[in-house]
Amino acid sequence: MGIMNFFAKPSAALLPLPRGSFTVDREGRVLASTLPQAFPNNMAEDIAMEVLEAFRAAQTAHLVVREVVVRFANLKLTARELRGGAIIFLVPQTLSSKPS
Amino acid sequence: MRPKILLLDDDKDLLELYREILSQLPSHPEIFTSSTGARALAMLAAEPFTLLVSDLNMPKMDGLQVLSIVRKKFPEVRTVVLTSVLDEQFRSRVYGLGVDLFWQKPSSGEEIKQFLECLESLLGREAQSGFRGVQSKSMVDIIQLECISQNSIVLKITNGPLTGRIWIQGGELIDAATDELSGEVAFHRILSWKAGNFESLPAEPGRERTIFNSYQGLLLETAQAQDEAHVRQAASPANAEDGSNSPLAPLARFPGVEFVLALKPGEAFDARGLENPQPVAAWGRQTLEQFRALGERLQAGPLQEVEGLGPQSNVALAPHANVDFCVGWQQDLSSSQIQDSMKKVLTLWVS
Repeated sequence: MGIMNFFAKPSAALLPLPRGSFTVDREGRVLASTLPQAFPNNMAEDIAMEVLEAFRAAQTAHLVVREVVVRFANLKLTARELRGGAIIFLVPQTLSSKPS
Repeated sequence: MRPKILLLDDDKDLLELYREILSQLPSHPEIFTSSTGARALAMLAAEPFTLLVSDLNMPKMDGLQVLSIVRKKFPEVRTVVLTSVLDEQFRSRVYGLGVDLFWQKPSSGEEIKQFLECLESLLGREAQSGFRGVQSKSMVDIIQLECISQNSIVLKITNGPLTGRIWIQGGELIDAATDELSGEVAFHRILSWKAGNFESLPAEPGRERTIFNSYQGLLLETAQAQDEAHVRQAASPANAEDGSNSPLAPLARFPGVEFVLALKPGEAFDARGLENPQPVAAWGRQTLEQFRALGERLQAGPLQEVEGLGPQSNVALAPHANVDFCVGWQQDLSSSQIQDSMKKVLTLWVS
């Protein structure tokens, strides 16, 4: 068992991807959130700014977009426009949750 | 030539143990070690390596950050994660980055043996296209083999989200089918796919015959059609006028598609189905770029697709090799239908 114990190291300090939802106003400020407390607020606002910019840029391109879905390999982001602001849902994608 | 393996772990004692274990590999690899991500990246930049074996949980630069950079800067290096992190989310994220193997740190002699076997197999595997199952054989080779051997078999071919079947009875091609196509048209379509997987299914003797041409004749026709398509594509500014021979034309004909934009590097793009594509192209480029950058900041893995859903129509963006695609979809399609259809459209582009 010596070798087996030798492989052990302290538990992971890796930051998990966030799961939850939050609403932001038109300036990207977080109004309400169900995200884990460990997830930095500035990161949520960073996400919000990109989403709001995508809605604004779509309007400039004469595209009527009410919902944006962004699929990363490991995270699905869904954002619905709310009177200038948005509600944003974040769901980590694991191998078992992905469609085959 | 001996393969070169780089081991990355912040625990120097573990590195020495790994070195000892990996020296048992039959291919007798040269083994190098690094205890930091930054050092490992510098070593990869300095000389070519066959394989990187990395831990995930490390201070300063963690394994996900290192692997994300390695996959981008050194795509030819095979990558393995060896970790005690058992969370499924991290396993998914590792595979999402394009890592070849995720391996939990061995907990028994048997697992060490299995790990070494996997590594040896990875070291021996050459990157090559063609159809998996019969490495380096084209579909033409496979069909010729089956027909010459007078076999009765159903070949099921999978190319991403597309699937096709070719029925061979007593060495004769009798039918083919893919999506809504059947017969000779389906056969030609399947043979235009450049890579994929195939499997042999039991023969279906009762299958109705729709192909009466010989397999030699069909293969010849396919080769001629592909040659002609290459010549037309290479020689024809005139064809660009009406776009009928544009490589985007088959994509624009896909059910549910309203328009297609292929966004090339720089400002250039090709468009089908839009009167004024410039603003949509600009939106597509900007949106993909900003979400790509966001994905990197979140370490959420590569960006696969962006959908913009609206009351009048839907639009989807997907990066693909050197070309980004922006496709307009009919309003009645759901998000998951768009996701599925985008995959098919991109596969059509590759074919």
